[in-house]
Amino acid sequence: MIEIDEEYCKGCSICIDFCPLEVLEISDKINRKGYYPPVPTYEEKCIGCRFCELLCPEFSIMVINE
Amino acid sequence: MNNPDVQPLTDTLHIPQPEEELPHPMEEFLRTERLPHIWCSTCGIGTVITAFITGLQKSGLEREKVAVVSGIGCSGRAAGYLRLDSFHSTHGRAIPFATGLALGNPELKLVVISGDGDIIAIGGNHFIHAARRNINLSIICINNFNYAMTGGQAGPTTPIEANASTAPYGCYEFPFNLPHLAESSGAVYVARWTSLHIRRLTNSISEALLKPGFSFIEVISPCPTLYARRNRLGTGLDLMRFYHDNAKIKHGTDTRKLDIEYQDEIIVGKFLDKDKPTFLEKRDDFLKSKLGDKFVPYMGPKA
Ligand SMILES: Cc1ncc(C[n+]2csc(CCOP(=O)(O)OP(=O)(O)O)c2C)c(N)n1
Ligand code: SF4
Ligand code: SF4
Ligand code: SF4
Ligand SMILES: [Mg+2]
Repeated sequence: MIEIDEEYCKGCSICIDFCPLEVLEISDKINRKGYYPPVPTYEEKCIGCRFCELLCPEFSIMVINE
Repeated sequence: MNNPDVQPLTDTLHIPQPEEELPHPMEEFLRTERLPHIWCSTCGIGTVITAFITGLQKSGLEREKVAVVSGIGCSGRAAGYLRLDSFHSTHGRAIPFATGLALGNPELKLVVISGDGDIIAIGGNHFIHAARRNINLSIICINNFNYAMTGGQAGPTTPIEANASTAPYGCYEFPFNLPHLAESSGAVYVARWTSLHIRRLTNSISEALLKPGFSFIEVISPCPTLYARRNRLGTGLDLMRFYHDNAKIKHGTDTRKLDIEYQDEIIVGKFLDKDKPTFLEKRDDFLKSKLGDKFVPYMGPKA
């Protein structure tokens, strides 16, 4: 499961770009700072590799592997 | 905002209450009350912090046995966000401050996380002498090729041709090759990664933390606001893509061959991992050989 803290996100798109399975997309809603956070639109494809979580410069993604 | 139809997320956002929140894996070591941090969008420094925390967790070292020291600069803000003993020292003086801690409390593992300008320009002399003495320090040098915090001036790592606020026609000074500088000054562990190589960087950090003596890790990291903007290289995401396409992993490369040319191939990897007595080991053995039983080694504040 992908949990995103939208308010920490600064919209860099690094998580979206480097997810090996293209799980994430840019949201069409903006956060309080004016950035577009990611949404895990294709979450069912996620393999839980945590790459997005580790690359995020803002500590705003958490991957929960059951 | 280019789309007038978009609604601010916060109006609809379900803000989880503390009791239902799972802690973020980095939270244990972050001063979360200070977040969000000051670093610009797409800056690589936050990712290096994640690598440090993950590397520290992986090393198994106890929080009480580790302290972090930073100097001044954007990268130098690292110490202020880490929830362990940490100190934000003056510009260039992270290594001497950390050396004092390392000698005063030999049980501690000292980590210096700071910028290329801080560690290699104003702090360059401390760097070579701490390496020469093989002080028990791990240095994580965030190299964004400029003095970012003060406005993008050229420094000792700025590649020839790169534009900087003090090099409006491009930099023409020969830059340092940091892994070679570290090795030739006496370091026992030397690696270079980019902030994209998050897992390998994390592994290197945990290896360096467990390595007695002077270990050095250079991390090439995007500064979109100054370095990339002045050189029209795009955002931090564009630089991460550049690292993806142009960083070549070549472990064990002779460090003399690790010069970085402007927007050219970047060789990354682990280049050196050797054993050598640390400053304190050498001192104690040496003085014992001279003084015999008259020599009483200092065992730290608790002894
Ligand atoms: C003694 C002293 N000289 C100069 C400065 C101004 N100064 C602050 S940060 C900095 C350079 C920082 O560069 P770097 O270490 O590469 O960090 P970055 O901001 O690029 O992450 C300088 C010159 C200072 N604070 N103190
Ligand atoms: S955990 Fe891996 S697969 Fe899942 S969204 Fe993140 S990067 Fe993509
Ligand atoms: S990497 Fe982090 S800051 Fe960047 S877009 Fe993704 S969630 Fe936001
Ligand atoms: S100025 Fe550059 S190094 Fe400093 S926070 Fe911004 S992007 Fe990062
Ligand atoms: Mg710098």
